[in-house]
Amino acid sequence: MTTVKNGSIAGNGTQATSPSIKMPTPGAGAAGVNIIGLVKADYKGLESTLCNGCGHDSISSQIITACYELGVKPERIVKFSGIGCSSKSPAYFMSRSFGFNALHGRMPSVAQGALMANHTLQGLGVSGDGDTGSIGLGQFMHLIRRNLRMVYIIENNGVYGLTKGQFSATADIGQELKYAGRNEFPPIDLCRAAIVADCGFVARSFAGDPKQVVTLLKAALSYRGTAVLDIISPCVTFNNRDDSTKSYSWGKAHDERINDFGFVMSQEEIQIDYAEGETKEVELFDGSKIVLKKLDGSHDPTDKQAALRLLTEAHDKQLFITGLLYINTERPNLAETYRLVKPIASYQQDKLRPSRESLQKIMSAMY
Amino acid sequence: MLRELTASTNANLVSEKPHPTLESNLAPSPREPIVNDFAITAATKNGSGSQTSNAILLRALFKMGIPVSGKNIFPSNIQGRPTWYTIRLSKDGYLARRETTEIMIVLNPDTVLEDHQNTAPGGVFMYADDIKLPVRRSDLHYYAIPVKEMARQHEADPKLRTYVANMVYVGAIAQLLGIDLDEIQAALMFHFKGKTKPVESNMKVVRAAAAWAAENLIKTDPYRVERMDKTKGQIMIDGNTAAALGAIYGGVGFVAWYPITPATSLADALNEYLPKLRIDPETQAPTYAVVQAEDELAALGMVIGAGWAGARAMTCTSGPGISLMAEFTGLGYFAEIPAVIWDVQRMGPATGLPTRVSQGDVIAAYWLGHGDTKHPVLLPGSVYECFEFGWRAFDLAERLQTPIFVLSDLDLGMNQWMSKPFDYPEEPMDRGKVLTEEQVNATRGFARYKDVDGDGIGWRTLPGNESPFAAYFTRGSGHNERAMLSERADDWENNMDRLARKFETARKLMPPPVIDMVEGAEIGIIGFGSTDPAIQEARAMLEAKGIRASYLRLRALPMNDDMTMFLAAHKRIYVVEMNSDAQLCQLIRLHSPKDAEKVRPANHSDGLPLTAHWITEEILYQETRH
Repeated sequence: MTTVKNGSIAGNGTQATSPSIKMPTPGAGAAGVNIIGLVKADYKGLESTLCNGCGHDSISSQIITACYELGVKPERIVKFSGIGCSSKSPAYFMSRSFGFNALHGRMPSVAQGALMANHTLQGLGVSGDGDTGSIGLGQFMHLIRRNLRMVYIIENNGVYGLTKGQFSATADIGQELKYAGRNEFPPIDLCRAAIVADCGFVARSFAGDPKQVVTLLKAALSYRGTAVLDIISPCVTFNNRDDSTKSYSWGKAHDERINDFGFVMSQEEIQIDYAEGETKEVELFDGSKIVLKKLDGSHDPTDKQAALRLLTEAHDKQLFITGLLYINTERPNLAETYRLVKPIASYQQDKLRPSRESLQKIMSAMY
Repeated sequence: MLRELTASTNANLVSEKPHPTLESNLAPSPREPIVNDFAITAATKNGSGSQTSNAILLRALFKMGIPVSGKNIFPSNIQGRPTWYTIRLSKDGYLARRETTEIMIVLNPDTVLEDHQNTAPGGVFMYADDIKLPVRRSDLHYYAIPVKEMARQHEADPKLRTYVANMVYVGAIAQLLGIDLDEIQAALMFHFKGKTKPVESNMKVVRAAAAWAAENLIKTDPYRVERMDKTKGQIMIDGNTAAALGAIYGGVGFVAWYPITPATSLADALNEYLPKLRIDPETQAPTYAVVQAEDELAALGMVIGAGWAGARAMTCTSGPGISLMAEFTGLGYFAEIPAVIWDVQRMGPATGLPTRVSQGDVIAAYWLGHGDTKHPVLLPGSVYECFEFGWRAFDLAERLQTPIFVLSDLDLGMNQWMSKPFDYPEEPMDRGKVLTEEQVNATRGFARYKDVDGDGIGWRTLPGNESPFAAYFTRGSGHNERAMLSERADDWENNMDRLARKFETARKLMPPPVIDMVEGAEIGIIGFGSTDPAIQEARAMLEAKGIRASYLRLRALPMNDDMTMFLAAHKRIYVVEMNSDAQLCQLIRLHSPKDAEKVRPANHSDGLPLTAHWITEEILYQETRH
């Protein structure tokens, strides 16, 4: 397997994960005002109650950055979560967005109902490895199968934090933890599971790589259907030993990027430094684009079989790969499948209650 | 073996291929005609198409103006297991199941012995002539029908012959009883939705069978049907279709469900009628979505999500689904989200008897969920109320911001019932307390769970409301008035107190019971749901024996003061219900502990719809002991 190494973890605020792709500076207004006239503070949430240094808090701030820079109206975002440390985090970003902290493993169904009732809203879900990989595995797969338009973030740390450190289903086989002992079972690779369920946007990232997280988030928010971001997000309290594959130090030392890509918002010009044929573009739902830098041996995310091969190899060798694993913009999303036009929730009695005559007609047919 | 058995008594002689005329000559002599007051049971194998035949017979009789009801006693199986369908004709309009059947039609050799035994004395035993009867009763009228032979004549495809065979008995019984073939044809037109080809091919068989019967059977039995005018202006429909129509006229916007007997046909009816009734003329887009979920957990999860976002959302399920929905029902109760849950009850616990009726989910539905939970429950007692509660449930759910259960059952939901036509909802939709963008902006924010109006119900905002002050974070964990996470003891207690106040508001808003108070009656009967026709008939039977009983038909939980008053007004109260634990009886005793001693269970649960006979006998028995 050839991978693209990128030693730089700290971001410099640009959108491209590759320094050779120049993106327009977002929010180029006065005093940090973005394209819809909001400042970053308008995207803030409550103060986090998670442990100091928790990877989830880093992801929360990347969500804020992505939405702020994209100029998303906070009121058009609906936050969802299940139960667990990860699922608390939607309270810690974007207080002006509606949020629904659902049941353990049940975020997908609640999100699906809400976003079918109003498909014009943008769903942003935050789940964890326990919430998605164990109790919620069924709903996760079925959400993907139906292709509801939403961003589905898995804050993956391999342990149950709120219940004090049991292994989750994504923990590596053979791993040892002080409280939980030795893990005897292989991990479920949620990215691989997502591709198997025909997810059209699958990426893995690392909470310690904010630049990549932000770029992926922006692309995911612009995606047509369910976008799964499996973000390794270290648990500083229960699973951050150097030998844990879910730790900061492991991530920093072993993060292997499988591709370089940038994100270009719709109606913006792509400024690319390199010659024709060196990039590949994937147009997203709202007209924005993912620009992939073609390098020798870098992973082509439009190749599903290659993505599965790559993940299988990484799984078998316990490799930590990050990047855009798979993208397919062809599948219609759930609202399209259902031919929804106006939000169902917006209909009032005039459209909801059929006519008196129609009932009389049915009644006379029932004789 | 057969010959040895039959040879022992001359009167019971049955040849292997009996000549119908000879057979009829052996039957008891005719007596006074019995008109429009008997039951017909067809014993067949399931999956053989007999459902169509039975539905056609039922509707043909209905169209002749005769009050009828149909009860399908079917197995949890796809094909080949015994199934019985009983049509009761009642000139007096009683629609409950009866324990006896006068006319037995047997096409299933597997059940012939018990069917033979179960035919009422003096009754008719019509059977396929390839079924061998080892013994005969001297008190029955026998008619052997060459079902297979006629099916062979009419259908070249052996696979389709069993379907055709069922039409043979329709023709034969029509001829024997005097059912108008034109009404059979009209019933076929209804069944096949006006498609002439299947109507014609079925009608051909029916006519041929009727002609054969006219030529070959000599009628010796006294049973007849005659035209009446008692179904004029009435409709015939099943409760699940009625519920679906009610939901549609109630503005259902989102449905998520998971297949389960006996609730599946409710979702089927939604899928049938929604595309016809709920397309937005401006955009040609549906104003609804129906999702077949991956399980009942997800079904209610989706409904809760949709209700939260402002759609009128419902699910339909049965007992096992209710168990799985406990989790989300608790969340819906605590996070205060409108939802409508139809529970078409079947026999539990566990898998139980999936195709048999029960009223066993009363307590489960009322208190579903861990912690302190309680839910308003609607109890439709007719297909008419299935329609009415179908739309009313959404008004209640949105007004009360909570899951509302509607307890139907297999008998009400899956069987055909006569009814007056459904009335169009005259009340405008009650969308409950929802703040608009302007209202939120004007108040500069709101407190989601604050009891502003004193009825325990807060004001809510819907996602998509773009006021920067509209959003809140919905959660199932402890919260204060502003929907903020709180573990404070006072916040918790205040919230639960308010929920209790809200439940008192529900008590006032739920449909009151229907009470028929009989002057001077010592005893009262309480019932709900599909047992209503049996109770009505039992009251007449009791009255014939000199016992007059008042009647309270409960239509919702929680109970209100009408119940208290009814209990006070009678010395003994019998609570009629189809479950083993006398669940409603227990709830009534809790509602009014001081009356507990005089509230008596009259419960029975064997998977079959209650009969007036059983209720009468039970009350008479308990009355002799008091």
